[in-house]
Amino acid sequence: MYAPFELEMPGDLAGALHALAGGGDETTVAIAGGTNLIVDMRARRERPDRVVGLGKVGELRGMDFGAERISIGGGTTVTDLLRSPEIAQAAPSLVESSRLFAGLMVRNTATVAGNIACGSPAADLVPPLLALDADVTLASRAGTRTLPLDEYFLGYKRDVRRPDELITRVSWPRLPQPFVNTFYKLARRKGDAITVTGVALTLAAAGGVCTKARIALGAVAPIVFRARDAEALLEGRALTPALIDEAARAAAASSSPIDDVRASAEYRLHTVEALTRRLVAQAWDRLNRH
Amino acid sequence: MPTERTITLRVNGRDERGSFPAHRTLLEALRQTGHMEVKCGCEKGDCGACAVLVDGMAVDSCLTLAWTAEGAEITTVSGLGDLDALHPVQQAFSDGGAAQCGYCTPGIIIAAKAIIDANPDPTEEDIRVGLSGNLCRCTGYTKVFEAVSEAAAVMRAGRDGQ
Repeated sequence: MYAPFELEMPGDLAGALHALAGGGDETTVAIAGGTNLIVDMRARRERPDRVVGLGKVGELRGMDFGAERISIGGGTTVTDLLRSPEIAQAAPSLVESSRLFAGLMVRNTATVAGNIACGSPAADLVPPLLALDADVTLASRAGTRTLPLDEYFLGYKRDVRRPDELITRVSWPRLPQPFVNTFYKLARRKGDAITVTGVALTLAAAGGVCTKARIALGAVAPIVFRARDAEALLEGRALTPALIDEAARAAAASSSPIDDVRASAEYRLHTVEALTRRLVAQAWDRLNRH
Repeated sequence: MPTERTITLRVNGRDERGSFPAHRTLLEALRQTGHMEVKCGCEKGDCGACAVLVDGMAVDSCLTLAWTAEGAEITTVSGLGDLDALHPVQQAFSDGGAAQCGYCTPGIIIAAKAIIDANPDPTEEDIRVGLSGNLCRCTGYTKVFEAVSEAAAVMRAGRDGQ
């Protein structure tokens, strides 16, 4: 059974921010899909005094596909991502991640903002978003601020978001053509499973040279993070098998996995290297067949 | 702000009134109002036994707060059809023997209905992805996948025939 709480269901963003700001000494949390928070409240890992439901806050929904940038509301669900032809074209890694995200009922309610805000290193939308150079916009009654997702996470389940702030939007620049943007989720099953190792990759090329490399790793460190050493090895170079090997080893070297019920740290290090090598090699091959 | 109030839930076309605290899940509220066809499994969003449609969208009722479902059309497996008039998905599960103990079946049928509503001609891969949040611990999924595919075919034929 839960610890009791009060529930408010504001009808717009101003109402939600007002409710989050007005807590005083009480613990106030926002609930979107609730697919993490309700489980945590039932286990009493979370014991808020007040809960602010975001289901009626229309401003958090909607996707905007501009010529330069793509911007999606924090309340965009995993199913929304899966059903969007524009996302499939501009950010295929998000669709690949969404297909293997939990199960249908969770995908229907779990939101992009919630997946970020839960702060889990195994949050499956975060590696794709990091590999897309996404920004997050945080809003509170005091104003809004936008920062790179790359600067959002501070440590295991710790982030820069204040309790009175909501993630209202996530946006990223359109990728230069031609590009490959992909996500590989390694887990013990294809569906309804928590990630053992997640690798998101963005690779772009021009004139036989890699012009952009983003490698984001999930579930192999306290936070989802970019393997910057590996990226730096690839950018500005014509990729060779030896260089890809070196980048894959650099990605593993930047990881700091733990042993847990799903896999050993050793296995995770091995799979970071193998998956990075495979994804980069396949992407480079695709880019050079254009 | 109250922590308990009387709400009306619209379930299978009928109003169910009950007084619930804010932390009561839709699963608990449905079962307290007699809807025992909605099953309680893991209560963590893993198993899908508690799936219902809320305004046509499949959700885990164990992860939905009852208050947030007020004003929505809630459909349980019993709302799809009954023994006198089975829904095509129910008929296909019955014909194909796609159940063993049956505990997971109400949730699977709800998810199957949602899969077909979103995509009238799902591939086996679409069905597998769609049912990835429904666990059956008795048996395999082969007959389940076949039943969903069969139900989709029957529903397409019905639609084309109209």
